[in-house]
Amino acid sequence: MSSAQVDHAAAPPAAGVPTPSAFGEKSGGRAVKDVTARVVMWLAFGIAVVPLVWILGSTLVKGGHMLVDSVWWTNSQSGITSRRVGGGAVHAIQGTLIQAAVTAAMSVPVGVLTAVYLVEYGRGRLARTVSFMVDILTGIPSIVAGLFIYALWVTTLGFQRVAFAVTLALAMLMIPTIVRSTEEMLKLVPNELREASYALGVPKWKTIMKIVVPTAFSGIVTGVLLGLARVMGETAPLIILGPYTKVIATDLFDGLMATLPTMINQDRTEALQPALDRVWGASLTLILLVFMLNLLGRFVGRFSKVKG
Amino acid sequence: MAKRIDVKDLDIYYGDFKAVEGVTMTVEPRSVTAFIGPSGCGKSTVLRTLNRMHEVIPGGRVEGSVMLDDQDLYASSMDPVAVRRTVGMVFQRPNPFPTMSIRDNVAAGLRLNGVKKKSVLDEVVEQSLRGANLWTEVKDRLDKPGAGLSGGQQQRLCIARAIAVNPQVLLMDEPCSALDPISTLAIEDLINDLKSEYTIVIVTHNMQQAARVSDQTAFFNLKATGEPGRLVEIGETQRIFSNPTEKATEDYISGRFG
Repeated sequence: MSSAQVDHAAAPPAAGVPTPSAFGEKSGGRAVKDVTARVVMWLAFGIAVVPLVWILGSTLVKGGHMLVDSVWWTNSQSGITSRRVGGGAVHAIQGTLIQAAVTAAMSVPVGVLTAVYLVEYGRGRLARTVSFMVDILTGIPSIVAGLFIYALWVTTLGFQRVAFAVTLALAMLMIPTIVRSTEEMLKLVPNELREASYALGVPKWKTIMKIVVPTAFSGIVTGVLLGLARVMGETAPLIILGPYTKVIATDLFDGLMATLPTMINQDRTEALQPALDRVWGASLTLILLVFMLNLLGRFVGRFSKVKG
Repeated sequence: MAKRIDVKDLDIYYGDFKAVEGVTMTVEPRSVTAFIGPSGCGKSTVLRTLNRMHEVIPGGRVEGSVMLDDQDLYASSMDPVAVRRTVGMVFQRPNPFPTMSIRDNVAAGLRLNGVKKKSVLDEVVEQSLRGANLWTEVKDRLDKPGAGLSGGQQQRLCIARAIAVNPQVLLMDEPCSALDPISTLAIEDLINDLKSEYTIVIVTHNMQQAARVSDQTAFFNLKATGEPGRLVEIGETQRIFSNPTEKATEDYISGRFG
């Protein structure tokens, strides 16, 4: 240590003047700001978490006992009135899964290919138009999508309200979210990888199929599953196009098909306890399904992770 | 197998902007040609026209001719994908495919072009890695991800990947600029080895490197800011560095500018 520093450290600070040169001490103002920022952040975190825990907690408490009963997973509500205890949700679970699968089967190819077009090929007016249309579609309220398909399917084409019409409306909601998320993931793939592939004499389409999409794969899957999770809880188009039924129905083109959201909606106005229990049970089941979908997404994401 | 490159009156454009003007040069087979010059003078742009990578950039186009032996690379019947199979390229930053193992990275060019037989692929992988002086370092971990190697190893992996498709010409765009001196030395040794089989064109900012590895040096420069870049002088490396014809070349090499 040099003598100059010793002198400096030994010099007494003038009265009332802060000593900014001292190491190791926070100035008072900064400490206050630090604490304030911490408190605000924790508070924000708490506020964000409270409703989540609350919802999960009360659904578990009020609906948990329904799911423990094996009848819940094997029976439908056929012949059960709101006065009677019993019956299960298998008709609604099946309906939700079938509709989600069909919706995904329609939306994923369209959405992913649109994103590939926009990122890899799209130039000029057509691409701008497509991109603009996707933006508009993203903003469409779900009830409007439901009404649009109703107008098309029932009013114009004269068909009955069936599960397939529901999936059409859900696909309308799902496609733009898949396009946007896939687009973001494809944009993250460094251009250098595309160039490296071209420089090996690999044609563009193969570069996209074998290099670009695999590199972005886990992100694309995550986006798809999140979109699917959202669509599974969608209610407005279902109320318009796919009213509730108490029986198991698996035909997409004939008759009504129950889903968890419509099951919840059906019984929520009931005052009788057996019906209310079923509302909570169906809610918990829906949360569980979405949760499992998210887990699956993580698993797939990890499984196909970019190595490095 | 190495081929000769003849460039004649080449103008290169990005949209309406003329980036490089009037390049005429010959690159002999089995030789190393270095492109030197200040940043933004069009070295890389010229290099990328030699395997039609320039047109990958939207708006990129050229006028003039590039001949590979007796084939016109820019003839309307020429397939740019076929050109790139013949003229390989190594980039400034090592860019192994992140989803692939070391083995798959080297085999990528063949596999993506339809070669499926494992025995063939394995042999090419070993040959190419040996050719890129990387075999002994990675032979026990061919199934590990390519992105897990060090920067210098990654760059040699990229060279192995490039030579695995058996090109006639190898283009290198500042292949050592992201590497330390030891790795740089390894790559330079490799260039010396590869010279016996390939025609090599290398862009470099390092004039010592140009002097060390190349037989022929081309100096590029801008006439003025906003003007297209042009080839100022090309000649035997020894002569360019000891006795350049142009004042601008001498100024650049002696460090008076640039």
